[in-house]
Amino acid sequence: MTDTPILSTHGLTGGYGDFQALFGIDLHLMPGEVISLIGANGAGKSTFLKSIFGLLPVDREMVRYEGAAVGGTPAHKMVGRGLAMVPEGRRLFVGMTVEENMRVAIDHARLSESEGQWTRNRLFELFPILGEKRNQPIEDLSGGQQQMVAISRALLCQPKVLLCDEISLGLAPKVIREIYAVLPEILSGGTSIVLVEQDVTLAREASNRLYCMLEGRITLTGNSNEISRDDIAAAYFGASNAMA
Amino acid sequence: MQWLDAIVQGVLLGGMYAQYALGMALMFGVMRIVNIAHGDVMILLSLIAVSLAGVLPLGNVGLVLVIVPIAVGLGWLLQKFILNRVVGADPLPSLIATFGLSIALQNLMLEIWSADTRSLPNSDIASASFQIGPIYLGLLPVIVLLCAFCLTGGLDAVLRYTRFGRGLRAAAADTEAAAMTGVDPKRIYATATAIAVGILGLAAIFAALRATVSPSDGSAQLIYAFEAVIIGGMGSVWGAFIGSMVLGVAQAVGLRIDPGLGILFGHLVFLLVLATRPEGIMARKK
Repeated sequence: MTDTPILSTHGLTGGYGDFQALFGIDLHLMPGEVISLIGANGAGKSTFLKSIFGLLPVDREMVRYEGAAVGGTPAHKMVGRGLAMVPEGRRLFVGMTVEENMRVAIDHARLSESEGQWTRNRLFELFPILGEKRNQPIEDLSGGQQQMVAISRALLCQPKVLLCDEISLGLAPKVIREIYAVLPEILSGGTSIVLVEQDVTLAREASNRLYCMLEGRITLTGNSNEISRDDIAAAYFGASNAMA
Repeated sequence: MQWLDAIVQGVLLGGMYAQYALGMALMFGVMRIVNIAHGDVMILLSLIAVSLAGVLPLGNVGLVLVIVPIAVGLGWLLQKFILNRVVGADPLPSLIATFGLSIALQNLMLEIWSADTRSLPNSDIASASFQIGPIYLGLLPVIVLLCAFCLTGGLDAVLRYTRFGRGLRAAAADTEAAAMTGVDPKRIYATATAIAVGILGLAAIFAALRATVSPSDGSAQLIYAFEAVIIGGMGSVWGAFIGSMVLGVAQAVGLRIDPGLGILFGHLVFLLVLATRPEGIMARKK
């Protein structure tokens, strides 16, 4: 690990139009690291990811990526720099097959399929069910299978940083384990990961460091295995926050 | 025999409608942008072609080579400066913006070309015909139909098998998710509209060769294009082609029943399809 974060935010503020949802978020991600961002519904986690990805307006200096100020860069250019996202609710391309969904990512990836480390065949080995269903329309797949397609689509962008927004949401525990089992393999290729989760136990187990968010602010941060459950509970629900 | 002739002439008429409808299939069917100025843009291109033919000895092929690039440029500008500002989940802004554009274009054309009907000078191709059995076929309508067929096949293949086609379908399905996957939605939409209006450029020349055009004709073409896309099924390029044939045949058959009924018959068949199969003929089963 080097000393410069691959991705960091500096006093990031933002929201939707006149509605401010984020109040000065400072966060950093080191190369090869997994951080998790936890918080209740409406804490601003998804808004934060969208702000990093150029889907919501932010000031240039608020987001730094590989040392460069990149805040507000359009999303498709962030993909070119090495960012990819598994969005909340999967957001797959309806009306297209499993393989066509993956091809869209291959077509527009940072590196071509042959140069990058992620190929269709490797993903079909990782998720054999997708190989079987490669020519089926995306809407015919189960929720867990769709989540696998969403992860595959993001990986085929050949990212250096992968943002995962609630990938366990609405899935059976068995499927969640299958999906989380893939994270070490993603990390081993040098990709850093930001996990947004509501499941605190899952978030702690899967990450090096943890940030807890409440009402648009970071209320707790530290190494995942050192933070106590009581501290998390307080930061998560805002008990010690004097209810600002 | 006169019914067989009606059906054949209807299919040929459908070829013309298919050329109006293809751009609509791309913009309305795939991208879900409602472009009320669709017909007016085509009439504008027809009138430009008529005026150009009056001053330059281009010939019909030469005209195509000049007008289609103008159309492509016009489509790109339309998307870049008007439609990209109003596209989104809500179809109303694009509808209002292009409705305004439609009114502005019609008045601009009236100002420049007056309300006279015009057409491209009669050439051999427009009056030539041949006979198969008892049925006479005009050479020009057959060429129009063949062009429509090839354009439909080409556009369908582009949407299915190219990087551009996949990117466009992805952006149409979920613009934000497509951007997160590396697609530049605004650029891909501008290209798609350029293609849609480029096809209108070809249709504009055929329309002016086949019949007359005047500045207020656009709304009729708009309705035919809408109806063809909806009869065929949203999102299907071949559906729009088939929808155009249905519309053409309905009008031709209606015309044989009573010369005043042709256009009404087309609308009635459209309503019948809406009532019995609102998802369209070619729509995928859910």
